[in-house]
Amino acid sequence: MALTGLFLCLFLVGHLLGNLQLFVGGEEGREAFNNYAQFMTTNPLVKVLSYLTYAGIIFHIVDGFVLTIQNRKARPVKYVVEKGNLNSSWASRNMAVLGTILLVFLVSHMQSFWYVMHFGDIEIVDGVKDLHSVTVDFFNPAINNLAAVMTGLYVFAMLSMAFHLNHGFQSAFQTMGINHPTYTPVINFVGKAFSILIPAGFASLPIYLFIIQS
Amino acid sequence: MNITLKIWRQKGPNHVGAMETHKMTEVSGDMSFLEMMDVLNGNLIREGKEPFAFDHDCREGICGSCSMFINGEAHGPGRNVTTCQLHMRSFKDGETIHVEPWRSAAFPVIKDLSVDRSSFDRIIQAGGYVSVNTSGETIDANAIPIPKHDADEAFDAATCIGCGACVATCKNSSAMLFVSAKVSQLSLLPQGKPESKQRVIRMVDQMDLEGFGNCTNTGACEVECPKGISITNIARMNRAFLSSNLTSK
Ligand code: HEM
Ligand code: SF4
Ligand code: FES
Repeated sequence: MALTGLFLCLFLVGHLLGNLQLFVGGEEGREAFNNYAQFMTTNPLVKVLSYLTYAGIIFHIVDGFVLTIQNRKARPVKYVVEKGNLNSSWASRNMAVLGTILLVFLVSHMQSFWYVMHFGDIEIVDGVKDLHSVTVDFFNPAINNLAAVMTGLYVFAMLSMAFHLNHGFQSAFQTMGINHPTYTPVINFVGKAFSILIPAGFASLPIYLFIIQS
Repeated sequence: MNITLKIWRQKGPNHVGAMETHKMTEVSGDMSFLEMMDVLNGNLIREGKEPFAFDHDCREGICGSCSMFINGEAHGPGRNVTTCQLHMRSFKDGETIHVEPWRSAAFPVIKDLSVDRSSFDRIIQAGGYVSVNTSGETIDANAIPIPKHDADEAFDAATCIGCGACVATCKNSSAMLFVSAKVSQLSLLPQGKPESKQRVIRMVDQMDLEGFGNCTNTGACEVECPKGISITNIARMNRAFLSSNLTSK
């Protein structure tokens, strides 16, 4: 759980850095993004990395489900009154729910972009697949009449990710046995910052694309 | 003060339980929660009804018997207290108080509020000891110098009274706080070092066998623990478990 979770955190950093190129406007931005997308789907090293990421996600999900089921079984009769909010954070008690939201998002997200890029009917511009237009159009209300809903859902999913990471990042270190009077406060701080900045970065893109096109 | 109690009533391990309501008047704020329960049971007996079964022994916060989940929290409101150390002044006049047993597959209900915590005993039997020769030539423990910091940490871990509040509180019914306290208490000291690898593996294996859930680091246990045992102990045990598994033959 901890290893796969932290590995996925690294993936998020890479993915976000790539996506941020969408902020670059005009022809230049389109070219840069499309070349980047081409590189990401063809480079053998990236291929290896992507298979590792798939494996990581699958392992993380299966492990998460197994843990959650075992943990439910460990308390067959529930409390009539239980006040978890007095002793633990909401995110820490709802990791499986937050994870499931992320899973639903992931499937829809892969279908919108990954599937189109690999198997979809996609235009070729300057010799490379034009994923840039697919992305930009997806959040354009003039082209996709669900653009507003999609933007909202993306922001919601990123909010879920923020909470998932808010507990998950720091929790992974505790799981691996790292708890130290000096380093743990640093880890907690980095975790909080990570859980706010990364989802905020991801969410900023659909918001930006939606606003400039409406 | 007047209070309304909703208390778990369960005939036996294989019966289905339910909450039962009792009103009490003229409860003194200076009573402990267990004294209030004694008065209630006295009233019930006088009325020819069945009193509530609950565990208690020392009534001074050291034995860990008094397992009650009160108003959604192990040992009720207040930090670093057991049920016997909880006073009725912690509640408001007219308040409805819910009293439930510890709920965990590994702590089956015996009757009403009384649960079977022998799973903890079996975890201790699996490795929670040091093998010291007691044939009469026992070496004085104080003969071995111990760094102050280690001694302090071992003593802090050793204050665990095995009450099970950590399990009762944890949304996963995980026993990690208890087990890690016991592992730490022994492994931090020189006498416990020789058996430290097998100890952590055996105790964790037994914990899993007993049907406790997995720790997901919510931290609820250390908040509700009457002895303030820190989850630093859990990290230490995770570390020891990992390295013992990697290095033991
Ligand atoms: C695809 C959907 C996902 C599901 C179903 C999922 C599910 C879970 C579950 C059930 C847990 C742990 C249980 C708990 O602590 O209560 C967890 C922990 C965690 N997750 Fe996820 N997750 C998902 C995606 C992600 C992503 C994308 C990341 C990071 C980029 C991530 C990072 C973490 C971390 C760091 C932990 C904590 C590990 C630990 O404490 O040992 N998860 N996840
Ligand atoms: S760790 Fe704390 S809550 Fe758990 S059994 Fe020991 S004293 Fe009780
Ligand atoms: S009765 Fe001993 S700790 Fe409460």
